[in-house]
Amino acid sequence: MKHLFASGHTACVGCGEVLPVIMVVDTIGPNAIYVSATGCIEVFSSRYPESAWEVPWIHSLFENAAAVASGIASALKISGRKNEAKVVALAGDGGTADIGLQALSGMLERGDDVLFVCFDNEAYMNTGIQRSGSTPFAAATTTSPAGKLWLGKMQRKKNVPAIVAAHNVPYVATASPGYYADLKNKVKKALTFEGPKYIQILSPCPLGWRSDPAMSVEIAKLAVQCGLYPLYEIVTRSENQSGFRGNGELRVTIKVEKRKPVEEYLKLQGRFRHLFDKPEGKAVIQEIQTIADENAEKYGYGEVAK
Amino acid sequence: MKKTVIVEGSKAVSEAVKLCRPKVIAAYPITPQTHIVENLSQIVADGELDAEFVHVESEHSAASVVLGASATGVRTYTSSSSQGLLLLLEVLYNLAGMRLPVVIGCVNRAVSSPLNIWNDHQDAITARDAGIIQLWAEDAQEALDMHIQAYKIAENKEVLFPVIVNLDGYIISHTFEAVEIPTQEEVDSFLPPYQPEVYLTPKNPLSFGAFADWNYYQEVRQIMQETIEKSKEVILEITKDFAQHFGRDNGSLVEKYKTDDAETVVIAMGSICGIIKELVDELRNQGKKVGLLRIRVYRPFPKEEIYQALKNVKNIAVFERCLSVGSGGIVANEVKSVFYGKEKQPRISNFIGGLGGRDLPKDLFRGIVERAEKEVIENEFVAVRTELIKD
Repeated sequence: MKHLFASGHTACVGCGEVLPVIMVVDTIGPNAIYVSATGCIEVFSSRYPESAWEVPWIHSLFENAAAVASGIASALKISGRKNEAKVVALAGDGGTADIGLQALSGMLERGDDVLFVCFDNEAYMNTGIQRSGSTPFAAATTTSPAGKLWLGKMQRKKNVPAIVAAHNVPYVATASPGYYADLKNKVKKALTFEGPKYIQILSPCPLGWRSDPAMSVEIAKLAVQCGLYPLYEIVTRSENQSGFRGNGELRVTIKVEKRKPVEEYLKLQGRFRHLFDKPEGKAVIQEIQTIADENAEKYGYGEVAK
Repeated sequence: MKKTVIVEGSKAVSEAVKLCRPKVIAAYPITPQTHIVENLSQIVADGELDAEFVHVESEHSAASVVLGASATGVRTYTSSSSQGLLLLLEVLYNLAGMRLPVVIGCVNRAVSSPLNIWNDHQDAITARDAGIIQLWAEDAQEALDMHIQAYKIAENKEVLFPVIVNLDGYIISHTFEAVEIPTQEEVDSFLPPYQPEVYLTPKNPLSFGAFADWNYYQEVRQIMQETIEKSKEVILEITKDFAQHFGRDNGSLVEKYKTDDAETVVIAMGSICGIIKELVDELRNQGKKVGLLRIRVYRPFPKEEIYQALKNVKNIAVFERCLSVGSGGIVANEVKSVFYGKEKQPRISNFIGGLGGRDLPKDLFRGIVERAEKEVIENEFVAVRTELIKD
């Protein structure tokens, strides 16, 4: 099969971001226009004079992918070209949760017909692994390092899907490249809705997470199985062209009966290593387990398997 | 029917924009630009213009929306002012580098801090290096005319740069003037529909806004510089073409007002030029050979035009409503550079004033002319309230 995101891009070995990019682009097909925020995706796909994009693609700036996408959607609509292409914005978690949040909120509030996909690698990886609002609790980054006083990021991860859902948009979902069928279904389903759609995809980064490049998919699965990255969708629009109905309630798409303990997920990643090396790390791991337990209660996951 | 009406400057601008048939308009309100946005909203709300009006949450997004729309192949418009222009400055550089022919109205206003919503030129002058063509209107009629010209300039295949049309906050935007509003037929015959050669479409999947390393970046910037310099010819052709279509000759890149035999010439931009022209007439009646050179096109900077117009004058007095803190007059430095190494060397004085909307009475310019005739003045602030400045 010929991918619409061509080989020859410069993503790192084992990149857990390019993988879902290919999944998303192949699922959507050729009739789409893509906007990339500044970040890894843009850099590894568009180094002049080469481009990995077999579909129309534009990169403008870091914080404005949603607004550029709105402009494209408006132009297609007013010139009668709406059926020509879906509009898809791609951004990392920095371009979504932090610097891009305002433009994203504007796009959502206006109801523009855009699918916004956040590739959540949980830090500013392109600039060298700095902490973002989406970095999880206790993860060490270059700006939230483990030190004498700090044990990585001391704040919890920003819940962007909930922020997006608060805009009452038709479709919100989380996904993981560890669950390709689920991811694919969500992309397909999202595109059946008119208006703003949001999918946030966990994107393991071997460089930033200091994990084995061969383990990216496994880690993407474990994040879900331990309850730290629950996979769900929120369908708010009552009806769409395909007859999906929703009342704004959250539906878990990947059910986890027997949860893995968070240690299994954490121990594969160097960004959490300080928790295992330092005596005070034990309590922090317990706190992370509490976050997973809270998620389990909220999303109906089972007990931690002994 | 062509009609002359008494309208507010903002209304004249929004009528001009409407006549240019943009397909996507995105704007965020900022005083004193708001009337343009309100008028355009009403025009779209009444179905008088087939356009998408995108209500953005910031100027940065306004510029980003028109960037996306322009790249998708449609004509666009946004307008801003002051802090708004500074906020979208990042996008402006991007629009310029991507060579997207977006037209932006800038209702000129001072920049904070202190907060000040009144007129000076600091906003657009700060955007001078982005790679945008800058037109500066003297009155509402010219603001209208320049908006129509701006699209034709921006979209010309030899140009493809964003264009900012500047008009003074309140003095032009909120003042009622007699303005001739062209008919749709007239504008349509002057400005053809926008038909870009490349745009975002699955029919021809191209990549826009690539990442260019040191092997490529510099040449992109160099080509921008060379192309925008060459755009002067296109701008001149288009203003001539405009004069033929509409019967109004807005002149060259600069307007030469009684400069031909002048001994002393004031250089200025924007609405203040009306007052300076009055003064020139008065002084001429008294037998003094004084003139005004009004910069209409600030980017690309009309070096050769300024030299040719002023090479035989004795004294030049540059008056500007902006400041590079730590250097002084900005336009003045550029005017001085025009004469560097040239055979003819007029004496160049420069004055800064009218900042944050301070009133500029005619007599002030009488003083400026007299001062420049006597000696070379550097970076002199005018109409100063000395009691506010302590030692």
